[in-house]
Parts: sequence; structure tokens; C-alpha cells
Amino acid sequence: MSKGVAKSTAEPQGASRWLLRGHSAAVFAFFYAPIVVLCVFSFNDSNAVGNWNGFTLDWYSDLFANDNIQSSIWVSVKVCVVSTLISVVLGTAGALALERFRWWGQKAFDAVLYLPIIIPDVTMAVMMLVFFSETASWFDWIPGVNLQNGLEKLVFSHVAFNISFVSVVVRARLAILDASMEEAAADLYANRWQAFRRVTLPQIMPGVIGGALLAVTISLDDVVVSSFVSAVGGTPLSVYVFGMLRKGVTPLVNSVSVVMLAASMAFVMASLVISRATGSEREER
Amino acid sequence: MNGTTNGQGPAVELAGVVKRFGDRSGTEVTAVDHIDLTVMDGEFFSLLGPSGCGKTTTLRMVAGLELPTAGSIRIHGEEMGLRPPNKRPVNTVFQSYALFPHMTVAANVGFGLEMRKVPASERKDLIDWAIDLVEMGSMAHRKPTQLSGGQQQRVALARALVNRPEVLLLDEPLGALDLKLRQQMQFELKNLQREVGITFVYVTHDQEEAVTMSDRIGVMHEGRLLQVDTPEAIYERPTTRFVADFIGQTNFLEATVASGEEVVLANGDRLRLSSDQPSGSSVAVTVRPERLTVHRRGEAPMDRHCVEGRVETVTYLGNAVVYGIGVDWMHLEVRCPATLAGDRRDVGDDVTVSFEPDHAAVVTG
Amino acid sequence: MPVEAPPGDAPELEDTTEVATLGLEHQAERAKARQGFLLGLPTIVYLLIFFVAPLGFVVAYSFATRTSTGRTELRDFNLNAYARLGDDIIMTVAWRSLWMAVLATLICLVLAYPLAYFISTRSPAVRNMLLVAVMIPFWSNFLIRTYAWRVLLDSDGLVTQGLELLGLGDGRILFTSNAVILGLVYGYLPFMVLPLYAAIERVDWSLVEGARDLYASGWAAFRRVVWPLSRPGVIAGSMLVFVPSFGAYVTPAILGGNKEGLLGSYIVLQFLSARNGPVGSAVSVVVLGVMLVSTLIYFRAGGKNL
Repeated sequence: MSKGVAKSTAEPQGASRWLLRGHSAAVFAFFYAPIVVLCVFSFNDSNAVGNWNGFTLDWYSDLFANDNIQSSIWVSVKVCVVSTLISVVLGTAGALALERFRWWGQKAFDAVLYLPIIIPDVTMAVMMLVFFSETASWFDWIPGVNLQNGLEKLVFSHVAFNISFVSVVVRARLAILDASMEEAAADLYANRWQAFRRVTLPQIMPGVIGGALLAVTISLDDVVVSSFVSAVGGTPLSVYVFGMLRKGVTPLVNSVSVVMLAASMAFVMASLVISRATGSEREER
Repeated sequence: MNGTTNGQGPAVELAGVVKRFGDRSGTEVTAVDHIDLTVMDGEFFSLLGPSGCGKTTTLRMVAGLELPTAGSIRIHGEEMGLRPPNKRPVNTVFQSYALFPHMTVAANVGFGLEMRKVPASERKDLIDWAIDLVEMGSMAHRKPTQLSGGQQQRVALARALVNRPEVLLLDEPLGALDLKLRQQMQFELKNLQREVGITFVYVTHDQEEAVTMSDRIGVMHEGRLLQVDTPEAIYERPTTRFVADFIGQTNFLEATVASGEEVVLANGDRLRLSSDQPSGSSVAVTVRPERLTVHRRGEAPMDRHCVEGRVETVTYLGNAVVYGIGVDWMHLEVRCPATLAGDRRDVGDDVTVSFEPDHAAVVTG
Repeated sequence: MPVEAPPGDAPELEDTTEVATLGLEHQAERAKARQGFLLGLPTIVYLLIFFVAPLGFVVAYSFATRTSTGRTELRDFNLNAYARLGDDIIMTVAWRSLWMAVLATLICLVLAYPLAYFISTRSPAVRNMLLVAVMIPFWSNFLIRTYAWRVLLDSDGLVTQGLELLGLGDGRILFTSNAVILGLVYGYLPFMVLPLYAAIERVDWSLVEGARDLYASGWAAFRRVVWPLSRPGVIAGSMLVFVPSFGAYVTPAILGGNKEGLLGSYIVLQFLSARNGPVGSAVSVVVLGVMLVSTLIYFRAGGKNL
């Protein structure tokens, strides 16, 4: 607890104590029970989702044989990687411009940068749909950009909301950085670029990586915006699964779900490990 | 364009330097108000003053971290103008040390050399020299977070000195250290400066520190430079009330200037003290407590100026006794070496306080 | 071994006497400001094109005209779409969204507060473990987590069977509003737990000790000391649950079927099947407005950055 007060003061005594513990256990069960059930039933040898009929790996082999699913995974990965790279660069540049400089119009930019975070995903989806349908002809003028197959539209949309998330994380990291370090670098003959590359960047790197991981997660997770802007045949995995769900539930969805869950959990673990490792430098102080 | 680093020329010259900070709403703050200053080559010069007096801002302008609103700054005769800090032949030791936490000590120290594209072999020799100079040889491969405050401070020093700057600027570098360490570092810094021979410009609010280490001190207050002199001159011959009060303890006797050679105290006594203030102007006569002597009433010698009063407080400090004497128009503090209890005056005693006019100074303000 | 300082590049300096005149440092400041602007320019331009412009289009659409074929045309701007907002159908959906979002928020609060309190009374090591345990569902795919409830609530799903066993009548709650609320609570509960935990953890417990010292009972100490001090966390968590719940689309789509649509579902309907761009846009603008107002309330109530 904060301020080092003995736990006994904070924790209730007697009956309340067990009530609190029981409640917490129940909430955790609430969190994980559906996930556990899902995993269990993905091995269920039956078309129905309720009754257990024996163990099978069929649904998983179906999953890996399913071409549509494979191509959706591929779309998701492509969109995720490209949009994350772009968001990280633009988000970091934006964070630096806001934290280390003062210029006219800064406050407005700051406000605009926050909007994508709070905007409801339905509104965002509508915005992108309308925008692309109205401006499709203009985009045709740009060589190499083909809005038809949907990949570009997905990337453009994902970048639009991920820039803000990356920027928030990087700004948080920049704000706690000692500004006199950059002054010291200048005092030691570094120009702006050298000071950034050798002094600032290594120190905000945990923030940049954190922002990148956040962008990856959000990109893979996105359903509504993606379903509005993706073209037929070029849908990311989450949209494909959503479509499957609307049509009717087959246990195939279960195995897809378990794989997706396992992947995102592995991802969370990895990012936790990375942040522990890069954060350990600071803990030595 | 290489500045002269030998002999007795001026190392840093500030002429008419002004720094104003303002925001768009129109409120302006004048942090530095027309400073003229010359720091000589090889000197240990301190800028001394209370928080907010503009000393750090002045230092930062020499470093190039701030640009002056007006005035000129010259390093060894060369005008710095609008040059950014990475193009000036000076280096700074920051108050927070500003060591790069993701680099080792050796990499930190070598950073400036790397930026100047000094070849690796030469760099290594220079780094070794600098690290040995501050006695951090065994720590070369540690990271700053693994060092104590005092060790970090040495690394910051080495990192600046390795570049052989024409002037070294130090911004209250000892502030974060505890007392004993601070005193030790003062000693070491002074020796280092003599050994290396580089001009040091040192900013501090601690007057003991400035007096201990400096060849000359510049006292600043509210953006203005009040007095620039050797520590002894500043202590014995302050020119303003603020300077007299800021350094050590002192007494003030209100007076009026009678002529160039004489002042009249508030009680009518006349004193032979020279001043350059016009006749009739209000001044104060300042005398340090240790320059006053307490006698029994009527026992004062004739060649000293005497004032009569009564003992109000007696404070025993071990190695000294401080008397608070009430004189009808003010209060005087007298510091005497400790005498045995029998020789001491008591509260309520009528006494005479005396001093030699030579030990007094006339101050304005 | 004197090393040469790098060559200076001070082109403005011809004479070596008094150089800087009043305000000259503003030049340098302006140069630096320009650098900052250029650094941020690509990002600004990107957001202008791919965020501000789309937003502008949607607002424009809400005033636009719908042709008989269902296309939206940017001419003859009018307020027809906004007039339609008063329609029974929209009002019903809006009202349903509102009370569901409020209910979901309250349920989350009741569930999350004791949990957050419990976590903050653990030792640091256990605390971190529990927080990770809360974060994992938070970071996992939202769609899948919501789907998991679909599995449980299906006609022969475990929960359905369980409810029937317990004698709670027909266990079929899938495709009812209860299912949607359940889905919303499940989906956004972590958003409530984390800010609550952060606020409770920050409470100065010596204040509680002080209260006990002044004869307060445990419950009174909680009510008069801990609860008021944790209010910023309550507000933050509530916003984080209410805002997405109000405009939810995925949850009602999966758990509510076609019957229990919320505003999110209605908007999608307008664009995909009803082909009424202006009305869909108008509703989107309203939903966005509600979000902005909520966020303002959050910041006014002293909330810090997200």
C-alpha cells in the first residue's frame, strides 16, 4: 500500500474480509470461465456447442486447411505490419514536435491528436467509409495506390487511429526525460540529429516499442472500422470471424478463437517481458 | 579562429548583456539587466547570488543554451553572437550532471570527442587521461545509474574537461552532495583547476563555497552585477548593503555623507571614512561582528570609535561568544573569541563597543 | 594538447564589437519553432487528410440529400436527417442505448470496486500478478471474448443448462437485452478495474489510520475517507465503460441478434441496408457529441490524461 501503512488497517476484518476475497475470486472466475470453456469446446467432437462428445483435433486441422482463413490471416498481418510502421514513425515525430518545441498551432494539433482515441469506432468506421467513397476518384490519380483491393484503405484507416495511441505512449516517456540531457549533448558538439539519435532515441525506445505493441494489438483487434473499409476477399481475420459468427456458429469458430486468443496472450506476455527488461535499467537507480 | 589559451588575456567578456523573458500575454521578466564582466584567462571566477538573481541565466548565455536579448559575449576575443552551443569552445557541467544513462562512463566521457570526429585511438588516450584526472579509473565500464552522486559529478567533470574547452562552465555542481563531500569536492575542484589551467566560471548561491574556491567573485542580485572583486575585498570592502549582508554576517550603522572624507552617524557621531557618494546622501557604515570589541563602560581605548550600549543577549558558541548589544538607536552583534566565564560580560551590563574606522566600509543601498 | 574547437558558422557577424541588438534572439527562436513545425508536419497533414476530412464529410453528409436510389449527394443541404432524429424508432434505440450503457457502467462499478480494493491490499508481488491476470483479457481480442459468451449462452450452452438446473426458468437469455448487458459488462470490466485500482492505490492510508484514531468504524472510514478520495478513479472508469457501451455495435450484433440493437447497430443499418447516409451520419454526429461531452465532464472532474 502507499505510504507503507500496515495492511491490517486497510484490509477489513471478520466477515467482510471473506466477503471481499470471495467476491474477487468470483470476478476472476467471471473473467476466465468463458475463455476456458471456449478452449475446452474447441476440442469437442460435435457440431453442437453444448454437450461434450469426445476429444478431437479436427477443428484445428480444418482451420489450417481453410484457405479463406489463411488468406485473412495474411491480410491481417500485412495490414498490421505496414500500419504499425507508419504509425510509429508519424506518432513519434508528432510526440517530439509537441514535447520539445513550441510553435504556432500546437494546441490545435494537440487536440486533434487526442480525438482518434476517444472517438467511437462506429463513427470512425462511418467516417472512413464516406471519405473513401467520396474521394475514390482523387486517389486514382496517385500512382501505385489502388483503393479497390481494400488493403490500402485498411492501412490508411488503421494508421489514422494508431498515430494517436503511439504518440500518447511516446509523449509520456518524453515527459519524464531530463531535458538537460539534450542540452548536454549540444554542449558536447552534437547537432540536433546526432543528439536525437544518440541521446533521445535510446531513452524513449521503451516508449516507442510500447507504442508499437499497442498499435499492433489495436490493429489486429479492430472489427468495425475494418469491416467498413475492407473489400470482398481482402478482409482481415477479425472481420472474417465476425462474418462467420453472423452466419451461424460452427465449432470451427472455436478453434479460430482459441488460436487468436493464444496469439494475443503470447503477445501480451512478450511485451511484458520486454518492458521488464528495458525498464530494469531504471530500477537500478 | 583558435582563441588564445595562454597568458593573461581576457577569457570571457560580457558587454551590456541583457536577457528578457516574455510570453505572448505581454508579461516580461528581465532576468539579466545589463551586465559587463571580464573573466581573465586561467582564473577561477564565481558568480554568486541568491536564487533568481540571474547567475544561471548568465552562465547559460555564455554556453549558448540561451541567447542574449542584447549585448555581446566574447570568448578569447571572439564574438559568439547567435552561435548554438555545439559551435562554442566551452563546455558545461550541469547541476543535474545530465549523464547519459544508457552509456558507460567511458562512452559518456568520450561523447564530445566522438561528435568532433576525433580518431578512436586518440579518443581512448584522452578518455583515459580525463577519467584518471578525476580518479574514476576503476569505474570506466559502469553505467551512471550504478554510481553515487559524488562519482557522477566527477564523470560529468571529466566529460567536460576531456574536450579541453577554452572555458569550463559549472552550474552549481555541488548542490546535491552532502556537506562533507561538498567540502572535499571544493578542495579537489580548486586543485584541478590549477593543475589543468583552464578558466573556470562557477555559479553558486553558497557564499562560503565561492569565498573558498574563487580567485574573484561577481555578486549578482536581481539581474545586476553588484560587485566584482577578490573574496577578501568583497568581504572587507563591500560596496553595497546587499553584498555586505549576503557574505557572512555584518552590522549596519545608518549614516549620512558629510563630505568625501567624513560621514555622520545617526547619533551625531562623526567618522573619518571615505566614500564617493555626494554629500547628504544616505548610506550605511558596515562593520563585521568580529571587528568589534566589547569593553567595560569607560575602559575603551581612544584611537577607536566607540558606542555605548547594554548587553541584551549572550550566546556561547564553543569557539566564540556572540553578544547582542542594544545601542539606543539600534542593535549590534559582536563576535569575540571565547573567554573564560569570569571575563565575559553578562546580560544587562553597560558596555562600550569599539572598532577601528579602517575596518569599516561605507555601503549604499 | 589543445584540440581545435569546430569552425563556427556565424554568418551574421561581420564586426566583432557589440552585435546582438534587441530582439535578435527571436530570430533563433523562430528558427527553432519552424523546425518543430516541420517535424510535426507529416503527422499533421496525415491526420488532416485521413481524419479531419473524413469527419468533415460525415458532418456534411448529415446535412446532405438522399436520392431515391439511396445515394447521398452533397447538394441541397437541409436538416431533414436531424429532424428524423425525433422519430420513435431512433428515440427507442437511443433510449435503449442510454439505459443499457448506464446499467452496464453501474454493474461494472459494483463488480470492479471490491476487486480493485482487494488487489491494492495485497503485497506488491501478488499485486502485480493479479494486475497481469486482469490485463490479459483486456488485451485479448474483444470479438473473441464476446463470442465466448455466445457459446455459453447458446440454446444448449453451459450457462443455459446451468440456469435451467437452478430452476431459474427458461435459461435462454441469448438475444435478449440481458445478454447484451452481460456482454458489455464482460467486455469493458477491465476498463473499470484499472483506473479504480490506480486511484485506490494512490490513497494516503495514513488518513484512514487517522480516521480510525478518531473513533471511526471501518465502514465509516471507508465511506468518509477512501470513497471520496477514490472518486477520480470512479469517474475515469465510468467514462471508459459508458462511452464505448453507448455506441456499441459488436456486442449487440453477436449477443443481441437483430432485436436488441443499440445506436451502433442502427448506424450500421443505415449505411449498409437502409442506405440512408444522411440519417446514419446525423446519428454518428450525435454519438460523437455525447462522447465529447462525456470527455469534457471527465476532464472537468479533474481527470488526468488518458
